[in-house]
Amino acid sequence: MYSFARMKLLIVTFLNGLTLAALYFLVAAGFSLIFGLLRQVNLAHGSLFLVGSYTGFSAAQWSGFWWFGAFVGAAASAGLGLLMYVALFRRFQGDEMRQTLASVALSIILADVMLWFWGGAPHQLDLPDALTGSVVLGMGIKYPVSRLFVTGLTLLVGLGLFVLLSRTRFGVLVRAGVEDAEMLAASGVPVQRLFMATFALGAALTGFAGVVGASVLSVSPGEDARYLLASLVVVIVGGIGSLRGAAVGALLIGLAEQMGLVYAPTYGVVFTFVLMVAVLRWRPHGLFGVAGGLRHV
Amino acid sequence: MTLRLPLAFTALLLSLPLWASPFVVFQIGAQALGLGCVALSLSWLMSQAGAVSLAQLSVAGVAGYGVALLGGSEFEPSRGWPWTVAVPLALLAGVAAGAALGWLAARTEGLQTIMLTLAVAVAWALFLQQNQVLTNGFNGITGTRAPTVWGVDLSRPTPFYLLSLAVAAACVLVVQRLYGTVFGLTLRGARDDARKMAALGYQVQQHRIAAYAFAGLVASLGGVLRLWFNGQISSGSMAMGPVIDILVIAVIGGTRYAWGPFAGALVFVLLQNFAGDIVSAERFRLFVGVVFLILVLATRDGLAGLWDHWRGGVLRQRGVHNL
Repeated sequence: MYSFARMKLLIVTFLNGLTLAALYFLVAAGFSLIFGLLRQVNLAHGSLFLVGSYTGFSAAQWSGFWWFGAFVGAAASAGLGLLMYVALFRRFQGDEMRQTLASVALSIILADVMLWFWGGAPHQLDLPDALTGSVVLGMGIKYPVSRLFVTGLTLLVGLGLFVLLSRTRFGVLVRAGVEDAEMLAASGVPVQRLFMATFALGAALTGFAGVVGASVLSVSPGEDARYLLASLVVVIVGGIGSLRGAAVGALLIGLAEQMGLVYAPTYGVVFTFVLMVAVLRWRPHGLFGVAGGLRHV
Repeated sequence: MTLRLPLAFTALLLSLPLWASPFVVFQIGAQALGLGCVALSLSWLMSQAGAVSLAQLSVAGVAGYGVALLGGSEFEPSRGWPWTVAVPLALLAGVAAGAALGWLAARTEGLQTIMLTLAVAVAWALFLQQNQVLTNGFNGITGTRAPTVWGVDLSRPTPFYLLSLAVAAACVLVVQRLYGTVFGLTLRGARDDARKMAALGYQVQQHRIAAYAFAGLVASLGGVLRLWFNGQISSGSMAMGPVIDILVIAVIGGTRYAWGPFAGALVFVLLQNFAGDIVSAERFRLFVGVVFLILVLATRDGLAGLWDHWRGGVLRQRGVHNL
């Protein structure tokens, strides 16, 4: 009986890790694509997560529909991301340091504005009734439907992204642009529009993740730092500009974090860190990254 | 233009306790000097090694916790050793931490360095927060005040300010001295073109690690000053917010001069203390963010850059054209 309980704990922890990995993937995929294609680190990426969370929360509260909230959250983040790109990043193309510092400044400003409007208390979105409650998965384990929903939905989104990047013209252009943006521009492709679309897509994914995260967990000030950090670690581990890398990285980090929280609370955070250091030492470009480009999707 | 300005400025700094209130001397002056030291370690790494290390505050924290744990405090496990033992050991620990950071980060460049060091800094703060036995977790360690040396209580405003001033001046002088040395030249060479330097036979990684170690020393000095200024240390003082603040200070001040970070720290501390008079005190971070954004967008190198620009203009007016 004792080992049965331990098995149950392991399974539940694993599933929780999957949920977390799903959230991290959604946020990190956008970050990785933007970094891979545009070669800029947007340290306000976490703020986009929070913007999606809060606007989605307000929209869902006002309308009573979760999906409406999800749509508004994603759209708000996409819009804000686009604004950030056009007003700041595009202006300082080539000056990486300025772009990064400007994004830091923006993240400070956005964080405080959101604190101003929504206050410091945690918020949580209500999921549609069909997604509440628990389901029994063998062995007498009851697991929340919402978390399974998140994991499943993210799998779908991940598949969609894969199809987008590998089978559509847009995906071909993005991958080409990651390898050599100048050549792509010289071939007559409107690269600026491509960048804008990618930035908006990455931001939308993050905003959507924000709404989902606020539904399954909760959202409060400071979450932006946490998800930004997760994106950084996932990209370092998985590799820049690689969707596969973001998926594997998110899986590793999400699982490591949950396992660490349950089985070694005092030093759990060290797992993630050790993982990151190990990857840096033996595969400096990440597990799936290649110096200078997006080779595999 | 030669010696008059620095002399006047030095006289101003030294005489501050004579004409300013204890609040200004301690809260503004000493605090800016301590923060400036930590920011100087970042600023120096940025300009000499081309590395933006966001983990400098963490290294400063290693030294801070070192003094707190080895010296006297209200935390049970603290050893209570005299500062003559605790401080050098803590500084040594800080240098070691800096070198360890260098070992991690030396192979990375540009944005990768920023990402890695940010991750390290936040992971470190989380680790400190979780650990109850060694570091008292979230509550941190309190009751750490500056010692009494030769009958002078260094925790009083004026003595502490003068101590901070001495430490800061020492750091600035050493940094300036390093600029013209072979080490400094090698670092800048590696910053500009690491492959060429390696081809010429220079050990680029070793030099970078040494640079991080030195920056660790400067940061550690700042960390000890911060510990004594606050009278406490906790994981919260090394979380993402304060880590970014150090970057903000370094950038506001400018990285081309050694005094830059101190100017940036002064602006930061002034904003922190007087933001309430301009906007609501609650919106201090928004105010700092906006000031930071304006400086990033409008200036080349923060206040130091503005200073050069102004000086260039003044000198042009006086007829000196080849600067």
